[in-house]
Amino acid sequence: MSFAWANQYEPKNDFTKWIDEKLPLPRLVYSAIGAGYPVPRNLNYMWNFGVLAGFFLVFQIITGVVLAMHYAANTEVAFGQIEHIMRDVNYGWLMKYGHANGASFFFMVIYLHIFRGFFYSSYKAPREMIWLLGVVIFLLMMATAFMGYVLPWGQMSFWGAKVITGLFGAIPFIGEPLQVWLVGGYAPNDSTLNRFFSLHFLLPFVILGVVILHIWALHIPGSSNPSGVEVKKESDTVPFHPYYTAKDGWFLGLILTFFAAIVFFGPNLLGHPDNWVEANPLSTPALIVPEWYFYPFYAILRAFTGDLTIPFTGIVLIEAKLLGVIAMFASILVWFFLPWLDKSPVRSGSYRPLFRVFFWIFVVCMAGLFYLGGAKPEEPFIVLSQIFTAYYFLHFLVILPIVSQIEIPKPMPFSITEAVLGKDDDAGSPPTPPAAGKHDSDAPDGALQPAE
Amino acid sequence: MASTAEGAQDGVRRRDWIHIAAISTAGVGGASVLFPLVSQMAPTKDVLAASTTDVDVSSIEPGQSIKATFRDQPLFVKRLTPEEIAEAQADDSADMRDPETLLDRLGEGNADVLVTLGVCTHLGCVPLGAGEGEDKGEFDGYFCPCHGSHYDIAGRIRKGPAPTNLAVPEFEFASETVIRVG
Amino acid sequence: MTIRLGGIIFGLGLTAVLLLWSLLPGALNFAFPEKPDYYAFQEENISPEGGFSFEGPMGNWDTQQLQRGYQVYKEVCSACHSLQYVAFRNLEDLGYSEAEVRAEAASWMVPGIDGKDGSAIERPGIPTDYFPAPYANDVEARAFNNNAIPPDLSLITKARKDGVHYVYSLMQGYNEPDPEDVAKSPEFETPPGLYFNEYFYNINIAMPPQLLPDIVTYADGTEATTEQMSADVTAFLTWAGEPSLIQRKQTGFFVIAFLLFATGLGFLSYKSVWAGMKPKKK
Repeated sequence: MSFAWANQYEPKNDFTKWIDEKLPLPRLVYSAIGAGYPVPRNLNYMWNFGVLAGFFLVFQIITGVVLAMHYAANTEVAFGQIEHIMRDVNYGWLMKYGHANGASFFFMVIYLHIFRGFFYSSYKAPREMIWLLGVVIFLLMMATAFMGYVLPWGQMSFWGAKVITGLFGAIPFIGEPLQVWLVGGYAPNDSTLNRFFSLHFLLPFVILGVVILHIWALHIPGSSNPSGVEVKKESDTVPFHPYYTAKDGWFLGLILTFFAAIVFFGPNLLGHPDNWVEANPLSTPALIVPEWYFYPFYAILRAFTGDLTIPFTGIVLIEAKLLGVIAMFASILVWFFLPWLDKSPVRSGSYRPLFRVFFWIFVVCMAGLFYLGGAKPEEPFIVLSQIFTAYYFLHFLVILPIVSQIEIPKPMPFSITEAVLGKDDDAGSPPTPPAAGKHDSDAPDGALQPAE
Repeated sequence: MASTAEGAQDGVRRRDWIHIAAISTAGVGGASVLFPLVSQMAPTKDVLAASTTDVDVSSIEPGQSIKATFRDQPLFVKRLTPEEIAEAQADDSADMRDPETLLDRLGEGNADVLVTLGVCTHLGCVPLGAGEGEDKGEFDGYFCPCHGSHYDIAGRIRKGPAPTNLAVPEFEFASETVIRVG
Repeated sequence: MTIRLGGIIFGLGLTAVLLLWSLLPGALNFAFPEKPDYYAFQEENISPEGGFSFEGPMGNWDTQQLQRGYQVYKEVCSACHSLQYVAFRNLEDLGYSEAEVRAEAASWMVPGIDGKDGSAIERPGIPTDYFPAPYANDVEARAFNNNAIPPDLSLITKARKDGVHYVYSLMQGYNEPDPEDVAKSPEFETPPGLYFNEYFYNINIAMPPQLLPDIVTYADGTEATTEQMSADVTAFLTWAGEPSLIQRKQTGFFVIAFLLFATGLGFLSYKSVWAGMKPKKK
């Protein structure tokens, strides 16, 4: 950690001294998530979700390893093995429901974590790498969750696998052979189930690795904070432990209470009844939907119902199927460009009146896409998903760049200390404001911003 | 500024009780999570339910053995001939590593059906001797080819590394013709 | 800079294309709506008066009801429907003793092999056996049931939306279509070999009405009305779908109580850590 005033690890006895010399792991932990990591003192509860996401990742790995001890990746028996886990394995029902709903809570927490990033511009310099790694984690999570949903080999598992692998069939020329290669056959079969099981077991550990990089990258500039002003001095920070361990700790308890309520009293609320029917390659369920956390992207996929043609000629440029696939992947890939699309030097949405309006419109748009992804593919839902999809891309590709150009930010506090206490004795000489609306600096620093 | 982190030098301060309470409660919670995680590895309900096995012994001729399955392990059920009973009883007083009489092993009210696990007590191989024409070892009973343990007619260890006699599981006659093992 | 400019141009283009293209067919659809939905089947399921004993966070099995439901399954449903994930040994949950379970298992014939020549035979069940399937395979099931496979019932209450109430409603949903609807919309006519049931997803179900009054004679003397039998068999099938249901809820109470306590302590600890540090609202 870069702050000069960070507490240093001091081994207390001969044994810890010996360890510290040979392998300074306690030192690493101390500086990463202990008293040696100075964190802005003004973090609000939106900053709790990173730790929670880490908790759910570990929770998923533990319950997943346990479930793998009782599962068999074979289409003949997979569905029955789940019943074996539910009925015969000691506390198997707890592991199964915990794992299935754990995935839901993992995504819930991650979405809040991401939207925290959207509002407070956590993606801006100097934190671009943290953001990019986060998007990678999200993509890996989606892949892992999708393959995990196939493992119970219920109707939704099978048809979800078929539909999603079918996406790759849309790619021109190589699509169909690629799809056959991916599933190892013409439709999801034993080979598919086995490779998905293998990858579903592997990917969480890859995620864990990227999470470590994510945290490493975080510790170079240090945590962002709700004011968007960078840390200037010691009074701006508190040590992570005990201040934020205590805060994360009690908040984890709160979230776990909700989690327990779902696992024990409504474990199937977030699932789909059709997945309690064994996979049947000869009969499609009335409505194929993925798990709720994929709904927005599924809505974007389904929004494309017609081929892209040159008007009045009938020449097809891109088929509808491919368009949907491109749009779905693009909707996440666009996040990779976010640090360069939104160049406003002000980070926090609290000081960006215009951005804030569009941020909330975007939240409504995402909520709409969440709803539409689970709706039946009929009017008016199709036309609504088209409009919402259009707005989704409009937000990232047009609105954000323009807003970041024309917006006049509100006055910002001199420092985090001032943001918290309302005054800062060091703020004697406020910096002279540069001309409004022109921010050519490539490294935004809220402290240098105009105080209009 | 880190007022709580400092000041630990005066030992446990009064306002620290809440931290200790919170941390120990969390510890109890974490520890109790271990219970399902550990117990999930114990035998599942279907395995436990299969721990009794019924074997129809009516069709076993004297001198003949059958192999059944009991708790996923082989079970030898043998109907002894009068000669074999005489021979085994004659050995009752012989010098053995794990002395047991034939009657001890047959159990009360059971004249001639010898029930043993087909698992060598040395390291768990299946001894020969139950099948037709298999090597019965030096004592006309069972012979474990893995490490050379010889069992006599009553399944008692007589020679070789095995520490105890072939185990006799608990069993009872559920009817005239059926024994219920386990 | 270039990314931003490219983004704006690309985004505007994409949005324009999408909007034009979505609004055109959408507008057409609004102008010329498709035929209205004539499947106005019952979306809302019914519940027995007072609900089921196992419902709600404090619910528990009514073992008498489960035993009656098991009788209905055995004497009626099992003729066509399998219960493949339930074993006879599980019947101990219904309040039967080990000996009763053994006897009950023996009253079912399950597939086995002859010990002497290995030929396929039927033998009396033992507790570790699973409930036998009425048909050897799907083809036979189709052949005997007017081309409709009777679904396995072990998970039926979880495999349908609001499954518990759905099963209860479906058992009592046999009816006649409204003649007015039939006159208006010929699709309402019940096709031959099917039965009108207002709770079935396409209102025409292949299963004939089953739970006719007094089709079973309850051992405990309860009057076997359609309503009673529907409730009983639903309770039994709910148990069959998730035998751990009650254990789950009871465990949940302890876990949530503990978590609330731990969270409360954690919150006080957090408050104490931050005492004096907490920012005043600016």
